[in-house]
Amino acid sequence: MGPLVPDIIGNDLNFIVALVIGVLFGIILEQAGFSTSKKLVGLFYGYDFTVLRVFFTAGIVAMIGVISLEHFGLLDINLTYINPTFLWSAIVGGLIMGLGFVVGGFCPGTSICAAAIGKIDAMIFVAGSFIGVLIFAEGYPIWESLYKADNWGNVRIFDSLGMQQTVFAFILTAISLVAFWGVSIIENKVNGIKKAPIRFTPYYIAIGAIGFILSLSAFFLTERKDSLLGLVEDKEYVNSFDIKSMSVDEFAYRLMKDDSRLQIIDFRESKEFEKQSLPKSISFTFDNLFEKEPSKVLNIRHKINVFVADDELTEKKYAIIASKLGFDNIKILSGGLIKFRNDILNFNKNSIASNKREEDTFRFRKKASSIIPVLIQENKSSGPVKKTQKRVVGGC
Amino acid sequence: MEEKKYMNPYLAGVLLGLLLIATIYITGRGLGASGAVKSLVVASVESIAPDHSNNQSFYKEYSGEHSGSPLMNWLVFEVVGVFIGAFLSGLISNRLNLKLEHGPRIKSSIRVAGALFGGLFFGFGAQLGRGCTSGSALSGMAVLSTGGLITMMAIFGGAYLFAYFFRKFWI
Repeated sequence: MGPLVPDIIGNDLNFIVALVIGVLFGIILEQAGFSTSKKLVGLFYGYDFTVLRVFFTAGIVAMIGVISLEHFGLLDINLTYINPTFLWSAIVGGLIMGLGFVVGGFCPGTSICAAAIGKIDAMIFVAGSFIGVLIFAEGYPIWESLYKADNWGNVRIFDSLGMQQTVFAFILTAISLVAFWGVSIIENKVNGIKKAPIRFTPYYIAIGAIGFILSLSAFFLTERKDSLLGLVEDKEYVNSFDIKSMSVDEFAYRLMKDDSRLQIIDFRESKEFEKQSLPKSISFTFDNLFEKEPSKVLNIRHKINVFVADDELTEKKYAIIASKLGFDNIKILSGGLIKFRNDILNFNKNSIASNKREEDTFRFRKKASSIIPVLIQENKSSGPVKKTQKRVVGGC
Repeated sequence: MEEKKYMNPYLAGVLLGLLLIATIYITGRGLGASGAVKSLVVASVESIAPDHSNNQSFYKEYSGEHSGSPLMNWLVFEVVGVFIGAFLSGLISNRLNLKLEHGPRIKSSIRVAGALFGGLFFGFGAQLGRGCTSGSALSGMAVLSTGGLITMMAIFGGAYLFAYFFRKFWI
């Protein structure tokens, strides 16, 4: 599961990754024509909208890519850098950058590109940006309050607007497609070109079709958590789903002999877990199943993960979700903790067996009912999975 | 030899988008540029006037958030890569030549002043906006950050707002 840094790709290797990504970034920017100020400011005077086309195409491809990665469980969005929102400094800073754009003709990334191919004006722009940052740094106490005002945290736009991520993605894609069409008309007018802005050549039809499919795909990528939760709401579906289970007796036996393969995943509320929990059990939540570090616990080899909750239906729901997420060595406790308490912990010692087999079972349960409560008393369960990884520090 | 034509903007956009996805998947962060300038400023001030940088709150906050040398920074490596990549691309497409580009109606000296002040504004604004067009607007759009999208709209909105007054620079 991504991000691959820092556990799969170390922090040192990450610098090499940065260099390689930078080289590709530079090649794409230069090839797109971002190494000349004339092309860059074209969109503000209507004669060249290359920047708008490249920028919004890239933004939409990346947005849908990130939504897809999250949807298929390949990226833990909680570890990904989400640019924090400081309302006023974002607006004021953006306006000043806009002024810098039309005065200087570059932005920082493109000025580096242009400087690399020998544009003297770009080299001066880079020097100017150095001075700009220095002024900000030296006068920091003056604008510090603006810089830190109205901190909304790592909010995301669809939450701010109160809509679903997919709906927002669709709207943004649709707006961009319309904008691409509109700016072609403006561009032709400004440059006195008589040709139709959109020609129905196979090339443009293909691009339009891809854009359309991309915008529609947003709807298929519904929130994964919601769709999985919806799936297990269907009782018939849950009942017909085949999940391996472990009997309370086997469970008790493995507990008593301190089986190192047994890993108990406890889905009860954390309050109840704190009150009383089984030896070596891990407190788990629905959200943990989707997170990079907690979900690793379920992939440890040779472990038997037993999902426990008070009732079997709850256990089964989580087990189905887990199996849909690709975790395969999962069992549920037959009858849930309610049955475990009744049959094992509070075993009625006066129960009378009706046959030989039951007699053996009852003898075992009698023994277990005296041993396991002691184990619970002495238990130091590991609690919830500790998350040591923090959100990546990104940004400029 | 003649300069080669530029890439189709939609193709370039798709490639840039894919690169951004790969960046986020591998590193958990987006692309950027102005952060490297910031690292360079901090490194310069720390080496020229170490006492000063120990007292100023900006540098103190910076070293609180970043460990190690300010130049051992992800964005510094990335921007060095951008420089190399753009140079290679210019080499392949015959676009390498030393020149000062300016609009038809202004003198070189005006262009020099414009580039200097434009850079200054952009560098300053990128600090307030916590990133520039790449770090805040583009990467912010990819992860649908509210702040990133607000900054993006402010950059383009601001540029359109001021474009009229500086039209002589360009057309």
